[in-house]
Amino acid sequence: MNEMEISGFVAGVDVGGTFTDLVLVDPETRTMRLAKTPTTPKNQSFGVMQALSEAQADLATLALIVHGTTMTTNAVLERKLARTGLITTDGFRDVLELGRRTRPDPYGMKGVFRPIIPRDLRLEIPERMDADGEVVIPLNEQAMRKACAALIATGCESLVIHFLHSYANPAHELRAAEIAREIWPNDNITIGHALLAESREFERGVTAAVNASVQPLLTRYLDRLRRELEKGGYTNDLLIVNGNGGMVSSRFVAAEAAKTVMSGPASGVMAAAYTGRRAGEPNLITYDMGGTSTDVSLIRDATPAVSGEIEVEYAMPIHLPMVDVRTVGAGGGSIAKVNDAGLLEIGPESAGAVPGPICYGRGGTEPTISDANLILGRLNPKTLFSVESPVSMQTIRDVFAKKIGDPLGLDAEDAAAAVIRIANARMAGATRMVSVSLGIDPRDFALFAFGGAGPLHAVAVARELDIPRVLIPGRPGITNALGCVVADLRHDFVRTLNRPVAALDMAQVHGVLSAQTAEGRALIEKESVVTDRIDALYSADMQFVGQTHLLRVSLPGPDFERETLQSLFETAYFDRFRVHLPEVRANLVNLNTSVVGVRPEIDLSVLIDRTARKAILEEACIETRRVRFGDGWHETPVYRRDQLPENASFIGPAIVEQMDTTVVIEPGDRVTQDRDGNLIVEVWINA
Amino acid sequence: MTIDPITLSVIGAGLQQVCDEMDLTFSRAAFSPVIAEANDRSDGIYAADDGSLIAQGAGGLPVFVGTMQFSTRTIIEMIADGRVLPPEPEDIYIVNDPYLGGTHLMDVRFAKPVYRNGEIFCWLSNTGHWPDIGGSVPGGFSASATAVEQEGLRLPPVKLFKRGQMDPEIYAIICSNIRVAEQRIGDVKAQASALQIGEERLGQLLDRYGDETVCAAISELRLRAAQQMRARIAEIPDGIYTSQAIVDSDGVVNEPLEINLAITKVENSLTFDFAGSSPPCQGPMNSVLATTLSSVYLAMRHIFPDVPMSAGAFEPLMIPTPTGTFLDAHYPRPVSGCAAEVSQRIAEAVFAALVGPLPQRVTAAPAGTSGNFGLGGYDPAKERSYVMYQLSGGGYGGNADHDGLSNGCSTIGISKAPPVEIMEQQFPVLYRRYALREGSGGAGWHRGGFGLEYELELRRGEARASFVMDHGRVGPQGVLGGDDGAPNEVTVWRDGVAYTPEHLSKEQDIPLKAGDRVEVKTPGGGGYGDPARRDPARTAEDVRLGYFVWNSEGSK
Repeated sequence: MNEMEISGFVAGVDVGGTFTDLVLVDPETRTMRLAKTPTTPKNQSFGVMQALSEAQADLATLALIVHGTTMTTNAVLERKLARTGLITTDGFRDVLELGRRTRPDPYGMKGVFRPIIPRDLRLEIPERMDADGEVVIPLNEQAMRKACAALIATGCESLVIHFLHSYANPAHELRAAEIAREIWPNDNITIGHALLAESREFERGVTAAVNASVQPLLTRYLDRLRRELEKGGYTNDLLIVNGNGGMVSSRFVAAEAAKTVMSGPASGVMAAAYTGRRAGEPNLITYDMGGTSTDVSLIRDATPAVSGEIEVEYAMPIHLPMVDVRTVGAGGGSIAKVNDAGLLEIGPESAGAVPGPICYGRGGTEPTISDANLILGRLNPKTLFSVESPVSMQTIRDVFAKKIGDPLGLDAEDAAAAVIRIANARMAGATRMVSVSLGIDPRDFALFAFGGAGPLHAVAVARELDIPRVLIPGRPGITNALGCVVADLRHDFVRTLNRPVAALDMAQVHGVLSAQTAEGRALIEKESVVTDRIDALYSADMQFVGQTHLLRVSLPGPDFERETLQSLFETAYFDRFRVHLPEVRANLVNLNTSVVGVRPEIDLSVLIDRTARKAILEEACIETRRVRFGDGWHETPVYRRDQLPENASFIGPAIVEQMDTTVVIEPGDRVTQDRDGNLIVEVWINA
Repeated sequence: MTIDPITLSVIGAGLQQVCDEMDLTFSRAAFSPVIAEANDRSDGIYAADDGSLIAQGAGGLPVFVGTMQFSTRTIIEMIADGRVLPPEPEDIYIVNDPYLGGTHLMDVRFAKPVYRNGEIFCWLSNTGHWPDIGGSVPGGFSASATAVEQEGLRLPPVKLFKRGQMDPEIYAIICSNIRVAEQRIGDVKAQASALQIGEERLGQLLDRYGDETVCAAISELRLRAAQQMRARIAEIPDGIYTSQAIVDSDGVVNEPLEINLAITKVENSLTFDFAGSSPPCQGPMNSVLATTLSSVYLAMRHIFPDVPMSAGAFEPLMIPTPTGTFLDAHYPRPVSGCAAEVSQRIAEAVFAALVGPLPQRVTAAPAGTSGNFGLGGYDPAKERSYVMYQLSGGGYGGNADHDGLSNGCSTIGISKAPPVEIMEQQFPVLYRRYALREGSGGAGWHRGGFGLEYELELRRGEARASFVMDHGRVGPQGVLGGDDGAPNEVTVWRDGVAYTPEHLSKEQDIPLKAGDRVEVKTPGGGGYGDPARRDPARTAEDVRLGYFVWNSEGSK
């Protein structure tokens, strides 16, 4: 597909909150090197360079670096943003601050909201389109110039132009942008409709404002990183993973910087989809449990569910197609307590990274899920000694006895078992709510466990949900970095039509989809990356006339009949909501095209070092220890993951330890290792 | 039977999960935006003997906290005395009669008995706000009805589903009495399927833990919830706490309606006495008893958000029937304003009484109105009639932690306001302004949040404007030395001449023609604490951002 053939190493780098993970793949020799270094929050490029050097990557011969970053996410959440000004339609500068009249929590009349651009940097000028795209008030060009000058004078380095109904007629926004470019000192100009041509002024405006507010930061960061890489001899392109799970050249990414929010979680889900497809498990619920929270997403037919309505935090919507990752609460650091009603609760408070669980030895004093895992032998007690100021097991047991055991009439071990039981039930419930909201039955899916704590709990959570199988990849702790290596090139396009199906101009429909495909192909062909082929995926966002919520319907291709559209919608509606409504007319709101440049396959068996592999299972067993499961204590074999023989197969109870996580297999569950080194757990369900 | 505390927690969470899944199923499958997007619905599990609340979905509209236990109890009683046909498996009763444990007529309740071994184990019930239920005003929010018959179709408990099959005759009667009836089937199916899902999931829970264990857990959870609420009430010193809240008028007689509340705290329970409140009114601002009780419950849940909803949590909250007042309306008093407006004044009275003893938890008064502006007319360009609703938020009260939120939604709601672009796509209006209402937050150590102001113009044809709002006479109360928030203002510009509704916040059918404008300013939140204590840097910041205009008197 592409002229330039690349051989040589491919590096995937994921910068997370605590660690920067690197995966270095040599497609020729089918080997892989890994590195893990502390994230350097002030300038993430230090951590990236450190990881490359730790993996002994030769930058001069490196074919490709793909980078997943939380830089823009953190900037938004911490409001460490570039000074950004907004120029908008007269009468509407407060749209970004008023939101959609909600509150942070259903109960409790408190809460705060900080608009992404403060009020003094939001200026209005005379101009107005109506909903049909007709000019009501012409653009006042002189006012536009004055507003630009005023924002420059206050030190703004980024600009948003956001006019009402620009999705229907962008003429005013386009002309205003021309004027701005004459005087704005840099390229940081975001035009509302260009990023998102959908109606809803708050959501489109916030999306544009987020984009503008992180664009200069991302540009500076990537420039710095590219310079560092070039200094080291790297000559190829640096690619960035977008929130849609595809990757794009760092040379183009900043103009659409908002798309990099969710970059990290998206790459993890892409790795899950890739791993699942190769393992013959194309339908997955991903379960990514870390220190403070657990993320859940859905993969159908090896394709992650995508949402165009992500909310990064309260009243901070980014309406761009991104992998639909839902945060469902508890992580390893979630705190257990007995409430006023004498009932055990987990969270929402978390010990976080500092002070962290008691076992981290950083001054934590509250009982957490991680501490409970230690007491029960599910985590290796030896890890207690690997921290700076170790805490004794007795200290942890005393806390559990006093804070959980005493009020409930339990000893420390029973208290810890109760914490695990309640935590698993709660995480199962939250996972179930995500599957219900997406209209699926979890029993039809396998659970894909990753993150540092995912494999500790996944089997129990699966059992609660009647999920028959759990898939634990070779390297659960570096799934996001792996996602960078396996990601495809991807561009998404959305166009709002908002017409009843009966009134659609089908020639226009076909024209829009064809044009979107051509634009995507052109973008992918500009990239210097090897692709096997270019695929295009088509969908329509539809509803019944009279509704406001949307349902995404997959389309067979860019050409189809009007009748096909109606029947595809009715089928999709029934699948999702179990309701037939033949009496009501359908409406087409958006047409979407995703153009994907599919990259060559990577063999995942390289994730596990083959040299350590043992011939028989018993040799991989490094010890046995007492571990408490739901039905009591068991003398349990502990295996080293990389020592498990090829085609290993055994029945729980068992613990599998590896550098980046611990896998808990409960009594009765059957484990087999597949050719890619995944552990497939058949969950024993008590019928 | 004793039950270990861990199993108790697991069953408690399991019951909650059943309700949350019902909520989600209902919203996801519902046809109407008011349910699907605005979540104007609620689902719960109710006791077989007296309909008392066992568990309720956390995502339900706040105004429905506890309401369905009253309608479920009524159904159980009417079955017992033969006024309603006895239940059979897979039956679903429908009821919307406000006087039989309801709210306004638009809130339609379904109730389904859950059978175990041939006996009713419990009831599942849900409420959905239907976009129309007939009556004189499309959508049902009348500003001037004087009898419930004008407000729409009133259904006593009847079986809409008999042994799982919908009764086409009853459905035909309903459809003949409501507007846009052809779309209702989507909501009816969603409402019934939510109960179906609830029954399946509850059945799985019962199969897993055993009916007897779950039964014991329900009793124990009820005791524990009461204990938890009592632990919170213990924070309040013994004493009597009084307050007053004012409804502008009933929409018919232009006199204020008073809510007078005295809360007595003794022995870790609270008694809410509304004696001395105004008598029943002619217009639609009466409240039925179920709504009055639920309004108190939802106010307490705002104050103690972590106490789960169940009959146990309500036990320490004693509310003598406010006989002879507009808070205990009987047939045929009109009630269409009770769920959206009076409920919020009741909550405001609870907040105002308890902010003294609970200054860390309770906020100054929020805007407390749903800001309902309706526009009905004919669009000559699109050749069709339309009914448009604009619901708006307002400022929240300042509180011990921070300034009030701006443009928060009503105290009793959780819904999103529609975007201006969507309104202009659907209706022949042009918004000239949709802005933060400067200066509207009550001054205070922590000031109130700001209300909203918008102005829209009718572009084509003729239309009639109606308003059902409140807080036009006095603004939301400031507390502990804080100032009141700005009151609600409605101005109608016809041929360039300003008209203010006589009742300030309520009027029905004001005629408009193309070019006329409607201007609405929603209330700001009350201020919290003495404004003199406010950090001068924060005041300067407010001025810099243009929230307040500096004048000779200071910051406001």
